[in-house]
Amino acid sequence: MKIWNYLNKKRNIDDISVLESIPLYTILGIWAFICLFPIYWVLITSFKEAYVVNQGPFYIPFIDFQPSLHAWEFVFLQESLNTLKPFFNTVFIAFISAIVSLFIGSMAGYALVRIHYRPKIASIIFFLLLLIIGVFFVAKYGQNWKIVLVCGLSIFILFLLTLSRRFSSSLGNDDIGFWMISQRILPPVVVVIPIYIFFQKLGMLDTYSAIIITYVAINIPIVVWLMRDFFFSIPIDLEENAALDGATRYRIFTTIVLPLAKPGLSATFMLVLILCWNEYLLSLFLSMTDTQTLPLMIASMNTTRGPQWWYMSVIIITMIIPVIVMALFLYRFIIRGILVGAVKG
Amino acid sequence: MTIKTTLGERLDKQAPLVFILPSVIIILFFSIFPLIVSLFIALSRLKFVKGGVELKFIGFLNFKKLIFGSQQYHLLGTFDQLTPIGYIIISLFTLIIFVWFIRYFKSQKISITGSIGRIVVSGGMFFILLLTLINLTTPKGLPGTLVVTLVYVFIGVLVQFLVGLGLALLCVKKIRGRSFFRTVFFIPMMITPVGIAYLFRMLTDMSKGPFAPIVTWFGFEESSWEVIPWGARTAVMIGDAWQWIPFMFIVLIAGLESLPTEQKEAALMDGAGGWQIFRDITWPTLLPVSVTIILIRLIEAFKIIDLPNVMTNGGPGIATESLSLHSYFNWRTMDLSGSAAVGYLLLIVAVFICVSFVNLLKNKIELAHR
Repeated sequence: MKIWNYLNKKRNIDDISVLESIPLYTILGIWAFICLFPIYWVLITSFKEAYVVNQGPFYIPFIDFQPSLHAWEFVFLQESLNTLKPFFNTVFIAFISAIVSLFIGSMAGYALVRIHYRPKIASIIFFLLLLIIGVFFVAKYGQNWKIVLVCGLSIFILFLLTLSRRFSSSLGNDDIGFWMISQRILPPVVVVIPIYIFFQKLGMLDTYSAIIITYVAINIPIVVWLMRDFFFSIPIDLEENAALDGATRYRIFTTIVLPLAKPGLSATFMLVLILCWNEYLLSLFLSMTDTQTLPLMIASMNTTRGPQWWYMSVIIITMIIPVIVMALFLYRFIIRGILVGAVKG
Repeated sequence: MTIKTTLGERLDKQAPLVFILPSVIIILFFSIFPLIVSLFIALSRLKFVKGGVELKFIGFLNFKKLIFGSQQYHLLGTFDQLTPIGYIIISLFTLIIFVWFIRYFKSQKISITGSIGRIVVSGGMFFILLLTLINLTTPKGLPGTLVVTLVYVFIGVLVQFLVGLGLALLCVKKIRGRSFFRTVFFIPMMITPVGIAYLFRMLTDMSKGPFAPIVTWFGFEESSWEVIPWGARTAVMIGDAWQWIPFMFIVLIAGLESLPTEQKEAALMDGAGGWQIFRDITWPTLLPVSVTIILIRLIEAFKIIDLPNVMTNGGPGIATESLSLHSYFNWRTMDLSGSAAVGYLLLIVAVFICVSFVNLLKNKIELAHR
């Protein structure tokens, strides 16, 4: 009887008794297994010889089969394969685009919190009309796009300086923010073809700058969304005092706001870095040999001899290990980034 | 000195523009401008000629080909006469829509935009349901890329949400090793979908994968999921779920933890059961978060391309091809106009579903906030 009471004892409402904990731990354990087993399987496959893989499933190294490093040697030491280049490409592109999009995006996020904008609806409509007409001219009559661009811009600036004052209805900060965030809904396949043609015209296909700036453009909406929420939570008093002392907006932003928003910045940085690291579709369109990234390299490993799992496992492991290590150590940071977006948004 | 200060002052005056213009210009240039160019490409026939491309305006022919013409089987699937079950479902749906409209017109808050919005939403839903029924429940019907994408989106997101919610409800209890489980559950989210696709291809290998003994024991080793349409689709959805259940789980558990315990304790004192507590206390407070994460996942799920591309290459036939993949395949065969047209249809469908989702649930979220 005593044991029964002990097993059922609870201290408070969210506590659980020992009896309840058994099914609970079973379910959690099963799910943890589901999460980890695929990764374990890739890890051991990367140490298997080809004949071991082909003979059927073997589960435990040293007992079921003799592990060997041949796949690792092949992938990293074979000159012709050149694995290190895609790896460095991925690191370089992901870091640069994450930093740039974080900087530009947090500037916009801050501005949307602290500065009041009133863009006139009439000028936006006029701008879109001009854009459509300009694209039409270039597409239909083969006009030189530089001339069209200059003409369009000058007409638009003329309009801004003269006619636009007559219209009064305007949008607010929330509308701009919503517009930026709503870009996430745009499927990349819709926009990637014009971007491809555009970079082809400029001769910039397969260059770092083309890929980086496209990644930045894709990730700015997320940065604006997350950073806007962080800046909302920063008290305005410090900034007001600094402004009274005669500091410019740039000084306030770099010396007061950015240091205060460090947790938010690092969380957002992590998220964007991982998104860039894993990006597949855009690099599929925009990169060829020089700027090939790891996801592309893996996808192209499916050779005519059928997939060579042992080599592919090595590359998959090299690709996911940095991300998993980051996830383990910076778990709390990244979580905070995700939560701000979802719980408050 | 004086020149310097005036320069600084001038720069400071322009600060509002300097802060926001980089983002606006980049988004304009890489989203709005391509969107318009894409529309032109979709409305014309595009040829690669010496030194560039040549556009020939042909109107809606590309869309006509996709919806009514030779590509209809690819986008909308193969049609057949509805079965009795299909008729029953479609008339039930019509009845529900009818009741919904009558209740709306009887209420005091009728407006023109509200009525138009409702008509558009119900019309679109009716079309989507009809197409799904024709493709999936009739003997000769085969789903095209549109319905396959909708299957990925709706079934996938629903399963992910339900499993994530279940795990979150379990894990919110103060047990030992809680942070360990959370970190482990978090890992799949970080892996690139291409990697996941190969992971699952390795795992589901019927003769050499880790589950081969089980498969052999059941006697399935001759068959392969890759050649059965629903098997391939399920495999793609499992891969997607494996990655995104953790996302649902992490956000929902944060929502659960922000719940005050006093209410729950009081309800327990009054003798409420676990289900009652969930329905009356936990669920209403969890609803806004749920709507937000489902919306985020809806938006992302429409873009699915890497998993079906690498896992099944869209096969068998076109059974696992999503709209994004359809667009990519068109691009690869140098049919740029067709690719842009498919992309545009995807955009229209995605915007329609997401906007109706938000508008249908707006009232409920506001109620829950009160």
